[in-house]
This record gives sequence, structure tokens and C-alpha cells, in this order.
Amino acid sequence: MGFFRNLIGGDDDSPRASAGKPLRVERYSTGFEQFTHAIRESEGLSVLDLGPTSPANLEYITGLGHRATNEDVLSAACSGRYLMPGEEEGTTIVDVSRFLATELQYADESFDAVMLWDLCDYLPEPLVKPVIERVRRITRPHGVLLAFFHSREAASPDAETCYCRYHIRNHRLLELEQGKPYPLQRTFQNRHVENLFRGYASIKFFLGKENIREVVLLR
Amino acid sequence: MWKSRNDEKPTVSPTIPQPPAPVAPASTTYQPRTLETPKMESYRADVAHIGKSVIIKGELSGSEDLYLDGEVEGNIDLHDHNLVIGPNGKVRANVSAREVIVHGKVDGNIVGVDKVELKKSAVLSGDISTQRIVIEDGAFFKGGIDIRKAEVKTTPAAPPFSSSSSPTLLDEDN
Repeated sequence: MGFFRNLIGGDDDSPRASAGKPLRVERYSTGFEQFTHAIRESEGLSVLDLGPTSPANLEYITGLGHRATNEDVLSAACSGRYLMPGEEEGTTIVDVSRFLATELQYADESFDAVMLWDLCDYLPEPLVKPVIERVRRITRPHGVLLAFFHSREAASPDAETCYCRYHIRNHRLLELEQGKPYPLQRTFQNRHVENLFRGYASIKFFLGKENIREVVLLR
Repeated sequence: MWKSRNDEKPTVSPTIPQPPAPVAPASTTYQPRTLETPKMESYRADVAHIGKSVIIKGELSGSEDLYLDGEVEGNIDLHDHNLVIGPNGKVRANVSAREVIVHGKVDGNIVGVDKVELKKSAVLSGDISTQRIVIEDGAFFKGGIDIRKAEVKTTPAAPPFSSSSSPTLLDEDN
């Protein structure tokens, strides 16, 4: 992600870059603030985090009195467990039906809120629409979703985009930690995002800094 | 030159008066000595240990703390006692204990009455139900977490001022 451009570029003065640990930066997120506004209004909601396991996120969600569920979909998708031989010799493709038979196995309308983070930008192409459709099924009507999308500039070679883990610090502050080296698969235009989430009651775009768009959707 | 010094002799000099010998018990049966040991030592002594080469299939229940470093497939129920799943532990079972600390791999649901702790090496696929949870960064978790509120124990003869303060204390503990 673009937030790390300066750090990856060798800003050795950064205390977080010099410790030999994954890089971390903090940023305010208007989209996340809108999302938390929706889930703070009541207790006992079911919240699904589709990012890598983050103790901070689980603590934050359960601290609000909600039930927190975590599933690292991207890690499963990129694990190689769901690859099968393609039609052309020497190629492999993702076995979508086997993936969906194993991952995201929840009853319909199980969740009041889902944090997708920037999952859509990193998922293998065959999985994007099926995963989003599964997410729609397991989300309750009027449930809220949070998703981030990179802009076109983020895909340029000098953008130093990297996959990030998102840690919630408070209702509007996120900490981004450099994650596994998953490649950015694509960038979505606003129109593509609207098509991907067609049928949702509302969709709000927030233009974030550093080539990121934040999207809050209402099922 | 090679004469050893007196203070290096391990044996007790006969000239030094010995402390009185303990009075032998009337019974000749063996009586284990009760020693004042540190609390941690006695805790370790009370913990049952299942080593990493042990594989158990079936129901595992007990009324003492357990350190599990082997494999279990079935159910684990320790009621009011603690369970530690070691780094080599592989559990495919639903787990119920007072406190559960996971270093290894668990495929199943965990009920920790007081607390569940996932260490950084933990890999858990299953739901957690507990009052308090600690997850270290690096742990893998796939499942849901239900935080159960502590049961408020009502004391019938409690004075008015204490009845209002006790729920606050319990909430802080959570």
C-alpha cells in the first residue's frame, strides 16, 4: 500500500522501520469511522473480520459487546490448497467450488457487519465474484460492510504497493502493518465496485489518502 | 603438603553435638514427608502431563490441571481445572476447562469458563466462548468469539452499599 512508500524507500529514521519488525503506520479512516458509527449503536451484533487475525480487532469488536468472527480468506485463497490442474498442460486454476465448500461456511444472514478491508484487490480473479456473493448471502439485510480499494495509481510500478494487515486502534484510527507479499491483482474503478456490489441498499465512497478509496455499503 | 583441610571434610565431626533425632512415629507404615515448597512447585506437581508421543482418541476428562503436548481426538472436559495445550499439541476436539492456554493446534470449539489465551504459535479453527480472552500477535484464529459476562453472585444479606459496588468490580475485571 502506498502508505509504506516512504518507509520502504529507506527512511531509516523511522522508529518502526528500524526495529527489524514488520512496518507499521497509523492513519485516520473516514470510512472506518462511518462503519464503527453503525456498529456502535447497538450491542450483541455479529461482526465478521475477513483479514488476518488481529488481536486488536478482536479485542475492539468484543469490547463493544459484539460477537467477533475472524477468517483470513486471502491466506486460504493463496495457500495453494485449492489449486487444480488447468486445461492447458502445466497450468493451475483455482477450484472455486471446493474453496466455497470449505471457506466462508456460515449460515445465510449470519452477520450484521463485515470488514472486507482490501481483500478484493488481492483475491485471485476467479474467486472475487463468488466470494462477494457469499459475503452478500451471509450478511443480514441492513448489515454494513467496509471495503477498501486501491486506485489505478496504486498499481503503477513506482507505487510500492504492498499487502497490509489492518489493526483497529480506535473508532477512526487504523494501524497498517506490512503483511505477506501477496501481489496486487487488480484495481477497481468506482463503476466496477458498484457492479460488484449491485443489489446493496446504499454505497458510499470516501476518497482516502495514498491511492485508497474507502467504501461503506449497506446490504 | 597434601593434607586436606578440616573444613573440607564432608562428614560431621563426632565432637559437634547433633540435633535431637526426630521422634519416630508409633506406626511403622510409611509416612510421606510434608515439605514447605514454593507455590509454583506445588502447582507443577499437581499438573498432569501428556507427552508429545501420546495419542488419545475418545473422551478425556479429569479433575486436575493438565498440560497436553500430544494428540487428542474426541472431547476434553476438565470442569474447573486448567488446560495448557503445548506447542506440540494437536487437538481435534471440543475443549472445556476453567482456563485454556493454547500454544499448539486446535480444531474444535473452546469453552474457557474464566479465560482463553492464544499464544503466538497457536492455530485455532473453532469458536471460543469465555469471559476473558488474550490473543498474541501471530496467532492464527478462524472462528467466532463470544464473550460471556461474569455471573453476578447475589448475596441476600448484603448491606445496601456493597450491592451497588460489586457489579462494577466484576465489570472492571472483564
